[in-house]
Amino acid sequence: MKGPPLAAPSYMRTLLFGLWLAASSAFALDAATIDKLAFGDGDEKIAAIAALVAEGDPAAAALLQAAADGELQTSGKRVLIVKGEEGVDAATGAKVSPLPADREDVILNNRVRRELGGAVAALKLISPDSAARLAAAKELSGNADAAMLPLIKKALARETDTEVKQLLELTQATLELKTGTRESRLGAVRTLGLSTNPNTKMLLLGLLEKSKEGSFTEPDEDIRIEAQKSLRALEGRLAWGERAGVLFTSVSLGSILLLAALGLAITYGLMGVINMAHGELIMVGAYTTYVVQNLFRRTAFFDWYPLAAVPAAFLVAALVGMALERLVIRWLYGRPLETLLATWGISLMLIQTVRTIFGAANVQVENPSFMSGGIELFTGVVMPWSRIYIIAFAAFVLFLMYVLLNKTRLGLYVRGVTQNREMASCVGVPTARVDTWAFGLGSGIAGLAGCALSQIDNVGPNLGQSYIVDSFMVVVLGGVGQLAGTVYAALGLGFANKLLEAWQGAVLAKIAVLVFIIFFIQKRPQGMFALKGRALDS
Amino acid sequence: MNSVTGGLSRRLYGPRGWAILALCGIAIFVVMPLLNLAVPAESPFHVSAYWVTLFGKIMCYAIVAVALDLVWGYAGILSLGHGLFFALGGYAFGMYLMRQIGSDGQYRQPMPDFMVFLDWKEFPWQWWNSDSFWWCAMLVIVVPGLLAFVFGYFAFRSRVKGVYLSIITQALTFAAMLLFFRNATGFGGNNGFTDFRRILDIPIATPQTRMALFAFTGATLIATLLLARWLTTSRFGRVLAAIRDAEQRVMFCGYDTVHYKLFVWTLSAVICGIAGALYVPQVGIINPGEMSPANSIEIAIWVAVGGRGTLIGPILGAGLVNGAKSFFTQAFPEYWLYALGLIFILVTLFLPQGVMGLLKKKQ
Repeated sequence: MKGPPLAAPSYMRTLLFGLWLAASSAFALDAATIDKLAFGDGDEKIAAIAALVAEGDPAAAALLQAAADGELQTSGKRVLIVKGEEGVDAATGAKVSPLPADREDVILNNRVRRELGGAVAALKLISPDSAARLAAAKELSGNADAAMLPLIKKALARETDTEVKQLLELTQATLELKTGTRESRLGAVRTLGLSTNPNTKMLLLGLLEKSKEGSFTEPDEDIRIEAQKSLRALEGRLAWGERAGVLFTSVSLGSILLLAALGLAITYGLMGVINMAHGELIMVGAYTTYVVQNLFRRTAFFDWYPLAAVPAAFLVAALVGMALERLVIRWLYGRPLETLLATWGISLMLIQTVRTIFGAANVQVENPSFMSGGIELFTGVVMPWSRIYIIAFAAFVLFLMYVLLNKTRLGLYVRGVTQNREMASCVGVPTARVDTWAFGLGSGIAGLAGCALSQIDNVGPNLGQSYIVDSFMVVVLGGVGQLAGTVYAALGLGFANKLLEAWQGAVLAKIAVLVFIIFFIQKRPQGMFALKGRALDS
Repeated sequence: MNSVTGGLSRRLYGPRGWAILALCGIAIFVVMPLLNLAVPAESPFHVSAYWVTLFGKIMCYAIVAVALDLVWGYAGILSLGHGLFFALGGYAFGMYLMRQIGSDGQYRQPMPDFMVFLDWKEFPWQWWNSDSFWWCAMLVIVVPGLLAFVFGYFAFRSRVKGVYLSIITQALTFAAMLLFFRNATGFGGNNGFTDFRRILDIPIATPQTRMALFAFTGATLIATLLLARWLTTSRFGRVLAAIRDAEQRVMFCGYDTVHYKLFVWTLSAVICGIAGALYVPQVGIINPGEMSPANSIEIAIWVAVGGRGTLIGPILGAGLVNGAKSFFTQAFPEYWLYALGLIFILVTLFLPQGVMGLLKKKQ
């Protein structure tokens, strides 16, 4: 390092300002600037880059891009942009052919390269494509250089896209804060208060910092007061963003729990069958989705595979469930503890079957393209499309189940058999067949849950095991015998989990929720929404 | 006095029962030590360390099975969380074993390796006094007992029973497993405790120590069986069976069923804790995997295979299932889950009384 560190920027600034004036007065690219870029030493090259940036001209953008790509060559006094076998003169834009033989590459050291990278990004701001401008503005918002201020101002003047404009205004304010006059700095602090970017907070906090001797690093009191105000506004907005984020993840987790537990609400809640293989039926649904996805992989309709996977997952899981009911569970009605053990055995066999067929490792289920990406609510708060679709899907399944149970004959039968098996049988309900159908329905819904989970979770042989405790907790908490309890319990657990998670971390949150449920069951052994009755034993 | 003990021995088992028990005692305390220690390794009659450890392990499981039979077979409480009490006993004694390693760990530090690895400077509070054998031996009994007492008190008082109780015991052990997986809990996280060197300052890997642990486990198993038998043939045991069959009638007869259930539940947990403490030095490792819900359900299947409410049956069941497990995991590892799954299904469908039921039918 030569000289005091502060001297360099101020010297650079005057130099840049001069260059900028000189450059903007010229119509085409200034030949002197190009010469400096090609033949000058490191400092001169950087000055030339700054001048070209300030120019904000498409030709300058092309030149800098060429330099960054290593396409800039010299031949005697001429500077050429060489792309493959074709070349153009950098200053005039005239085509040069044939290419002279004595070409030499322009040598760029790392420092110049770094400058060049920033400059290329900055010049994208004037690209006609708004998506490219947005990307450039985003890149700049973190690491803009004071030399780019004129360019940013220029870009702002003609920017029409509000999102890009907001970002640029923030970047401008950040830069003004460092270099501008008192008035422009005050304005900048005010603008920063409108930001939603967490990085801005650091910037404002920096203004309010005290040095070791107790004096403020920022001497101007008005700016400090203004910064304080902006900071408060910003923090409020960030807190809202965080809250919105927690709300979204809670609803998302709640919808996943709901999907996992809805099938159980039928088999356990309505029929009273403890199906420990429920998690494995979810797994069966997920693997069915995997198979369907593989069938669609080579075709042009890959994005449409969920349309086939959803019914397939339902059918396969439902068939497996109905087979289980016929073969095993049917013989154990009225012996819940034995049912529990037998279905656990079934779950072990299903796990091993999947391991034998698909291997012990996780398999890859790819999202269709409309499910990838997400909506960015605030900086850092993203709502992924896959989760949004799953929330909608859970609501859809819930609605379907409600209709099925309350508006169809099968639903009527299921409710009848649940409430009074003998009576239902007396009036001609084929109770045995209804049991099979109802169990198939519950299993099929588990399959749907698996189809949804395959979009956001790892699909492996242990998928089911990780959901079985959770889904039983939902049903037990919600209360046996109705859907409303399941819905409230799933959403409630989702919220409780995520709120505690934000506070104490994921593992402790989960433990706390489990312990809470254990205590809750002591208080209300029948769950939140128990069917009222006077029976001592239920 | 003589007549009282004579009466008691007659109440517990008939002459044939005592004879079988004596035979088992001879096998454990005389035959095994002789075949393992006295017979030279080349001899075909030599029993290798592998088999001693395997039998010792299975006897620990058998103790747990008897404990679960006490609550499930006699009081009708199916716990899916007995693996938790087992693991807690194991961890409590494991702390002592970890302290016995002294400075012989990989890092040559007085602290256990995982604490050195986590850069802890002093022992967390859970480890207070853990270098004392008697303190840890007391924890083996008190920790599972206290947890079972508190949990049972609330659960039985609110009349949580049947499948509900099973599910929340499962949630309990699941929560505990998550807790013990954390490094910050202070019990070695994922890896748990392992690499033990000494017990009571005696090297742990010698054949003599192994045989002593084996014999002690055998003695504990026999004592547990006799205690359980004494309890279940007493008036207390008959009340328990009545609670299992018709809890409300027992309540209307004026019994406070909560006390009965709570006592047998806590006792069962304490026995599990002791079994866990015996298991850890023989197997040489304890980690949170022992608390996984799957492990606890497996305990239930040992009891079901042998026959609920028979006490001997669960010992047989633990032996049969774990013997089969050792065989399968060596010979056909990919088929073990099929076999275990089938055991679960077939036993519940066709053998509701377990192996003991079959034997009784034959007679």
